Amino acid sequence: MSNVPPDLRYTKSHEWVRTLGDGRVEIGITDHAQHALGDLVFVELPEPGRAVRAGEPCAVVESVKAASDVYAPLSGEITEGNARLGAAPETVNAAPYGEGWLMRLRPAAGALAAAALMSAADYQKLLDAEVG
Amino acid sequence: MGRRTPLFRLHQELNARMVDFGGWDMPVQYGSQIGEHHAVRRAAGVFDVSHMGIVDLKGARVRAFLQRLLANDVAKLKTPGRALYSCMLNDAGGVLDDLIAYSLSDSWYRLVVNAGTRDKDLAWIRRHGDAYGIEVTERSDLAMLAIQGPEAREKAVQLLPPAHADAALGLAAFAAREFGGWFVARTGYTGEDGFEIMLPASTAVPAWRKLNSLGVASCGLGARDTLRLEAGMNLYGNDMDESTHPFESGLGWTVALEPRERPFIGRDALEVIARRGSARKLVGLLLEDRGVLRSHQKVLSPGVGEGEITSGTFSPTLERSIAFARVPSAAADSVQVDIRGKLLHARVVKPPFVRAGKPLVSQAKDLP
Repeated sequence: MSNVPPDLRYTKSHEWVRTLGDGRVEIGITDHAQHALGDLVFVELPEPGRAVRAGEPCAVVESVKAASDVYAPLSGEITEGNARLGAAPETVNAAPYGEGWLMRLRPAAGALAAAALMSAADYQKLLDAEVG
Repeated sequence: MGRRTPLFRLHQELNARMVDFGGWDMPVQYGSQIGEHHAVRRAAGVFDVSHMGIVDLKGARVRAFLQRLLANDVAKLKTPGRALYSCMLNDAGGVLDDLIAYSLSDSWYRLVVNAGTRDKDLAWIRRHGDAYGIEVTERSDLAMLAIQGPEAREKAVQLLPPAHADAALGLAAFAAREFGGWFVARTGYTGEDGFEIMLPASTAVPAWRKLNSLGVASCGLGARDTLRLEAGMNLYGNDMDESTHPFESGLGWTVALEPRERPFIGRDALEVIARRGSARKLVGLLLEDRGVLRSHQKVLSPGVGEGEITSGTFSPTLERSIAFARVPSAAADSVQVDIRGKLLHARVVKPPFVRAGKPLVSQAKDLP
């Protein structure tokens, strides 16, 4: 059973978004996603300053088995990648919603409101439908 | 829905993640793939390899037939109960399959072939076997378990009656023997010691449970792939196929061109290649940057030409990425690999990367 924290918002492609106090957002992959990928061994993150558009591939997470794209949940400018993941990509498996966050982004004007993000309840329904 | 082995329901019960492999529903992992890998390097693990084809060949002329069918020479099997690794080639010298041949007696050999090629292999074997009067039997009544790791043999023999346990422990590497309907071979695909056991399908589930109770970890095809790559062993369909010959697949050592009068299928084509030299070779790569090598990534050897990764993964033992790549024969010892548009550095190394739990390649420096 996947863990889906109620205070985050989610994408269909299994990213999560947390709104930070300074207006930025923190982005990661969900517990369901890390479990499906298996043991992560490499994470490629975007450079700070890169402008990304919602739905654009902006990071790569690689497990022993395969490489998978991570998509920007909303448009904006990358301000930070999680430096810890260079030497310890397995942090994403251990704490997908905490220390295993991938990147922080400053949303473009209006991007947060425009983003097609789901509530935890809706994301849980999506997972239930995928399993069913 | 794919084909299922006798252990399918047990895999489900053990919460394995199932994938399609060569038309079979097979477990890729039960928990952590890296954990399963380490279990085999450090203790013992069990794999369901019942999807592989077990083919018995019987007849007075079976030895002569295999000397025609296989690129390696079964004459190397001086006594019954020995195993030989070989390619089976087409007339052009392309690899139809790689297999293990076990000699059971002068008139009985057993082949273990890959799951994805078994139907094609059987048709080829039957077609060429007719002239030798060979009786070809697919042993779908048998399951096959690979129990691998430094503790594997002492655990696995506990499946046998005590009278047989000592004899099984006494098997030399690449030797095999039947014990009351169970065929035990000291072979494997992990670079560790261990057994491959062919047993009646109905006994596979209790055998697996007993092994688990003895502390042998259930391991999936994911760990099997990282283990075999560390061990420097080829995977059919990735590292060689009908369009490649053994000399450009790191398998020249399995081709017996002596004695010269042995007319095996593919020999004429290979002799031409051996004379003029192979244009390409299969090498091991160790990535010296962070990242993961994957099959089909482009390999650049400046001034020489390009090649391609055939198998790549993260090595849990070395904690960096390793691969096989097919490159021009003149390629340098330091190459670049194109990973999503970035050129990363890789060093050419001689496989195996790991054998019996020990790294065999130096990781000269820390990753940047």
